[in-house]
Amino acid sequence: MTAYAIRRLLYTIPILLGVCLLIFMLFNKVGGDPTYQMLGKHASAAQIQELRHDLGLDKSDLAQFGDFLKQVVTFDFGRSYATKQRISEMIWAGMPASLTLAIPAFIVETLLAIAIALLVSFFRGRWLDRSIVLMCVIGISVSALAYILFGQYVLAYWWGLFPISGYDQDLFQRFRYVALPALIWVVVGLGVNVRVFRTFMLDEVNQDYVRTARAKGLGEGVVLFKHVLKNAMIPVLTYVVIEIPFLITGSFLLESFFGIPGLGSITIDAIHNSDFPVIKAMTVIETLLFIVGSLATDLAYSGVDPRVRLG
Amino acid sequence: MSISTSVSKPARTSVPVHVSKSLWVDAWHRMRREKLAMLSLGVIVAYSLVAILAKLGAIATPWDVEVAGAYAAPSFGSLKTIMGSDIFGRSVFYKTIQGTRIAMSVGLVTSIITIPIGVVLGALAGYFGGVIDEIIVWFYTTISSIPSIMLLVAFTYVLGKGIFSVYIALGVTSWVTLARLVRGEFMKHKSREYVVAAEAIGAGHLIRIFRHIFPNVIHIVIINLSLQFQMAIKTEVILSYLGLGVQGQPSWGVMIDDAKLELARGVWWQLTAATIAMSFIVLAFNIFGDALRDAFDPKLKMVTMPGGIGPRVVSGKEE
Repeated sequence: MTAYAIRRLLYTIPILLGVCLLIFMLFNKVGGDPTYQMLGKHASAAQIQELRHDLGLDKSDLAQFGDFLKQVVTFDFGRSYATKQRISEMIWAGMPASLTLAIPAFIVETLLAIAIALLVSFFRGRWLDRSIVLMCVIGISVSALAYILFGQYVLAYWWGLFPISGYDQDLFQRFRYVALPALIWVVVGLGVNVRVFRTFMLDEVNQDYVRTARAKGLGEGVVLFKHVLKNAMIPVLTYVVIEIPFLITGSFLLESFFGIPGLGSITIDAIHNSDFPVIKAMTVIETLLFIVGSLATDLAYSGVDPRVRLG
Repeated sequence: MSISTSVSKPARTSVPVHVSKSLWVDAWHRMRREKLAMLSLGVIVAYSLVAILAKLGAIATPWDVEVAGAYAAPSFGSLKTIMGSDIFGRSVFYKTIQGTRIAMSVGLVTSIITIPIGVVLGALAGYFGGVIDEIIVWFYTTISSIPSIMLLVAFTYVLGKGIFSVYIALGVTSWVTLARLVRGEFMKHKSREYVVAAEAIGAGHLIRIFRHIFPNVIHIVIINLSLQFQMAIKTEVILSYLGLGVQGQPSWGVMIDDAKLELARGVWWQLTAATIAMSFIVLAFNIFGDALRDAFDPKLKMVTMPGGIGPRVVSGKEE
């Protein structure tokens, strides 16, 4: 186990370097010179030269890449072009709002999906199973934007069940505002999760131990809840582990649409304002979270399934 | 060389061709029985025809002229106003059809870019293994570690906004899933008897990869194509909605973006038209892709890990 963990950890080093190189190339090299955009059309050559010096753009490529790596390691991405705030401060300030939306939504979504998947695997092959699977496919096919617009218009504007948009820093009031986005999150994510979890459970249903359990006379309910569920939780948990780090960054569309000042909103605002340093910082953070998530997934897998370690 | 070709001929024509043909025929027979899958195929064909006709200028032109007053409600008077009009009095029905053209072209061009990259890299990695495998796996793990929405944003900035950037950005970011699947299949197949037999009669690496193994894994490409097509369509809509996609042309994403402000005035038809048009084609590709998988290879694990295709936009997972 330890040997595998160390091997897996070492493997992230080339990935990290590759990712940093790719982000650096995209944003710093191919992306062009930000000075023109920052200074506008009527900048003098001296002004451009000064700004390029301030931003470190007149250094060699290798030195610039070194600067970028230093930013990543020290978590200091400079200041936003648009708001002039320190990016690291913006991120720390945005995190609580993102988590307020993401954590409840994620928990409800996962538990509900497990429950529905268990229900449909109980009725596998019958009309309830088929119609729920079909509903999932239909649910996945409707654009997330449609759910958002519909939810905001009908549930919030028409029926007045929720605030239309906004946020409150108060510890309890804030949940009033995240209720509708969280609901939409659950509805959008449910279709994907139910389908995946259902296949996990059906994989278990065909195993020998399930036949043994049935053979010794256990009812189908007991077989599913005690035997299948326990074993199916392994793939279910490893499947959701990778999502957990991403809860920090919340949701791009939901946050920007409902005016929740989390990291998703910050990213969308940065995209609209062409705010390069913020986009770059968010790209780095998202990537690091993904690497952490996949590392956690692999370690979790090897923890429960010894065969993985040999591979 | 002459000996090897003369010997390899009978082996090639009798065994593999027969097997692969029966796989296709067999799969087709199984698909035919699925009514929903056949209906989905019909929807896909219909959308493709609409897209081609719109591209040729046979239908829904001109879309950018006034056909009614601003925000005219849907009326059954004529085809142009059947879905009402937008803020400039343009026909929402025509815009929806032009949006179909954009969406299908994004799906098509993305596939044309994705398939060669995914197949070749996946085949080389799976077939040769060793250092080549490690380099290719490192390459696609690196690309897929960057969340695709951020990669797409970066690409559209680098290349400038517009449909061309959407093509390239989607093509470059979405081959990873295919490469992963093809690599897995090649690893399974490379030590099978028919490949060893091909080696024994002197077939080189390239012959073995493309003439012997590839026909046995090509169904992966087709299954993936169906699912990737709908991914590309959904992504185009999100990108256009964010203002990073199609410019100056009627895309479903742009229509939904417009609808954001229209809803408060009770103008619901533009949102409805774009959403329904998009949902039907995505649903058709989803059902058809699932049926293809069931018909060809029910054990294929298409549970794509996050970081593959499609932007994480709503929750932490790929849609």
